[in-house]
Amino acid sequence: MSKPIGFAEIEVGDAIRDLTKPVITPLQLALFAAASADHNPIHVDEQAAKGGGLPGVIAHGMLTMAFLGQLLTRWVPQRQIRHLSARFSAMAFPGDVITCRGVVTAKRVEGGESLVDLDLSAINQNGQQTLVGQATVALP
Amino acid sequence: MFDASFIGKEYDSFAMEIEKGRLRLFAKAIGETDPIYLDEKAARVAGYRSLPAPPTFPFTIAMEANQPFLVLEDLGIDKTRSVHGDQSFAFRGEICAGDVISGRQKIVDMYEKKGGALLFIVTETRLTNQRDEPVCDLRTTIVVRNG
Repeated sequence: MSKPIGFAEIEVGDAIRDLTKPVITPLQLALFAAASADHNPIHVDEQAAKGGGLPGVIAHGMLTMAFLGQLLTRWVPQRQIRHLSARFSAMAFPGDVITCRGVVTAKRVEGGESLVDLDLSAINQNGQQTLVGQATVALP
Repeated sequence: MFDASFIGKEYDSFAMEIEKGRLRLFAKAIGETDPIYLDEKAARVAGYRSLPAPPTFPFTIAMEANQPFLVLEDLGIDKTRSVHGDQSFAFRGEICAGDVISGRQKIVDMYEKKGGALLFIVTETRLTNQRDEPVCDLRTTIVVRNG
């Protein structure tokens, strides 16, 4: 185990370590549909996606949000995460490579806990933001 | 489709037993490699009762009970015209394999944008465990493309 990250050593503006995920595949979307119980056909059935007015099957927004969760759990133990939110700003597609980033925007003490707020983003291989988020994490 | 009388509507409560196999499948689907999400022994060494549910798994608990789609069916909306707009999680406790998690979904807001071209439906779901302890509060925005 590496040394836990402490509140005192974090500064506003610090970036946490990026997470670049392997390319999103149709198989991954099929697995995620089953695992996440999101059986909306727009994620697995090309015809249904086009019928709904989409250019083709799209990745589940919650798959990319799970990547943001992983960005955080690679930084701190999960039990230190207090809040995680995201807005799905652009669609992700099979073939996309998503990189997740986080930057510390505030430090505060609330309810006896030392908290840091972060801005999060998920960016595709073209530099387009597919998801913008925020998190709050407690640090010792 | 837009019907403000749905604001405040609460749906029947639902429950899901959190199974190890399901958590492992979820971990595999998101490309998780950290052993605490895959190997119960590693999870216990890290201080968890069993495999922990990853941070965004609580949304799956609502999906398993078909909650977001119930709202769409209720409003007569074709789900292929809907996308997930926003999602937030407020974490209040751990969810591990073996837990039975209950929740109840409520429509808290509904509004249109772009002259009715987009419909926004906002729901909140509070999840509790088998000891009636709060574990996670969800807030979900679904966006529907009209026409």
